[in-house]
Amino acid sequence: MTALTAPLAAIGRPVLAALAAIGRVALFAASVIGHIFRPPFYPREFFHALMQIGWFSLPVVGLTAVFTGGALALQIYSGGARFNAEAVVPSIVAIGMVRELGPVLGGLMVAARVASSIAAEIGTMKVTEQIDALVTLSTNPIKYLAVPRVLAATLAVPVLVAVGDAIGIAGGWLVGVNRLGFNSTTYLQNTVDFLETWDVVSGIWKGAAFGFIVALMGCYHGMNSGRGAQGVGTATKSAVVGASVLILAANYILTELFFSA
Amino acid sequence: MITLSGVTKTFGKNRVLRGVDLTIPSGQSMVIIGGSGTGKSVLLKCILGLVQHDTGTITLDGQDVTTADRDAFLARFGMLFQGGALFDSLRVWENVAFRLMRGPTKRPKAEARDIAIEKLRRVGLKPETADLFPAELSGGMQKRVGLARAIAASPEIIFFDEPTTGLDPIMAGVINDLIREIVTEMGATAMTITHDMSSVRAIADRVAMLHDGLIQWTGPIADLDTTTDPYVQQFIHGRATGPIAAVR
Ligand SMILES: Nc1ncnc2c1ncn2[C@@H]1O[C@H](COP(=O)(O)OP(=O)(O)O)[C@@H](O)[C@H]1O
Ligand SMILES: [Mg+2]
Repeated sequence: MTALTAPLAAIGRPVLAALAAIGRVALFAASVIGHIFRPPFYPREFFHALMQIGWFSLPVVGLTAVFTGGALALQIYSGGARFNAEAVVPSIVAIGMVRELGPVLGGLMVAARVASSIAAEIGTMKVTEQIDALVTLSTNPIKYLAVPRVLAATLAVPVLVAVGDAIGIAGGWLVGVNRLGFNSTTYLQNTVDFLETWDVVSGIWKGAAFGFIVALMGCYHGMNSGRGAQGVGTATKSAVVGASVLILAANYILTELFFSA
Repeated sequence: MITLSGVTKTFGKNRVLRGVDLTIPSGQSMVIIGGSGTGKSVLLKCILGLVQHDTGTITLDGQDVTTADRDAFLARFGMLFQGGALFDSLRVWENVAFRLMRGPTKRPKAEARDIAIEKLRRVGLKPETADLFPAELSGGMQKRVGLARAIAASPEIIFFDEPTTGLDPIMAGVINDLIREIVTEMGATAMTITHDMSSVRAIADRVAMLHDGLIQWTGPIADLDTTTDPYVQQFIHGRATGPIAAVR
């Protein structure tokens, strides 16, 4: 009997654990969203988070975008050459950047930068009893720590995506003009002509979703950090891995919703 | 008055509290002694609801703490954590004034800062420390900032988790006097955890000894030296041999 049930149990245990974890994250998300609209509000924490998450992520998102735009232009040019379609470079670079690569790569870079730092900060607060201290000082840790960060990330990442889109297109243009012999005006004209508003807006919505995911995972894993330095290390790793996987999964789902006719 | 009856708490296989019965009368200073790792900090956290106890009841003035209104309940307490637990993103004075600057009894910033500096002075810290960050302070100074934060809003009930650990003897004396003063002058109820016998004698009205998850002995401070309880005797004389195993 055990020979039969043991493999089933071996499969069942991680599945149940995974379902329980999804449930806990969902409850945490619901509680964060519920607290967004109820006072007290902590504007100072919010603006601090906005700076940390938005402003200080600009360099890394910008660098990611410029290199991606440039590489994309090279790829499309050499791929397009196989059926004499080199002229599509500007429009494909633009569409590829704003719909997909801008939000996804931007989101992943923010996950690496922000989910890790949130999880490490809140995790350290947890293991040094600062979260307990907040509670004894009549302050709800979800309201004080999670809400400002989640709200800031949800608002800042779309802006980062928009900036990244522009920089990525500029990267493609630089390579197009300097390496591939495009005429500067024609390149820009093509970019503008073929890009639709929804291409850009859909990517920005993705950015909002990814920002929410990043901060949520950082806060969740930080607040549930295990004990000691090792606990904080594990929490940080889980936050980055969790945020990255959820971003890619959410990207697929949102793309289905937005673009499958 | 705080009463605990039959309080148990288990972490995994580790049965930390195994049926704690204890009464802390209002306006008195109760000191908890016991070896390290016996669950003294867990006991305080159970009363505050930071850790959920498994069975038994804890009441404050007759009301079960698990059903009390959390905000009103916590507003009556101040707590000094064993590790200080200062918010390292905030300056020292902002830590001390944390409760004063939020909630229904919110005060203007300048006033909160003045109160914070006054409380810092009472724990023997200069006004210059107010604008530093916790990471810039020594361990003993952090502990005293934690103490200042615990007493900042003049709570009715104050828990001190090892207030003098890591302090030099002179500073420990200052803190002992301060705790005594808070109880006698402000009429607060205090519950202090300490290993330091000179602290026990300076602070306590009553003493309780926690061992093996149970209150082994409790009584007024005057009875501490005369009790024949072997656990208490071993502890206060710091003997390696006796009923308390040296390896725990
Ligand atoms: N959050 C926790 N999770 C698991 N075990 C804990 C937790 N907090 C305390 N413990 C365990 O409970 C026991 C008592 O801890 P504590 O109350 O901190 O001791 P002390 O009497 O020195 O203050 C220790 O064995 C400790 O490992
Ligand atoms: Mg302790």
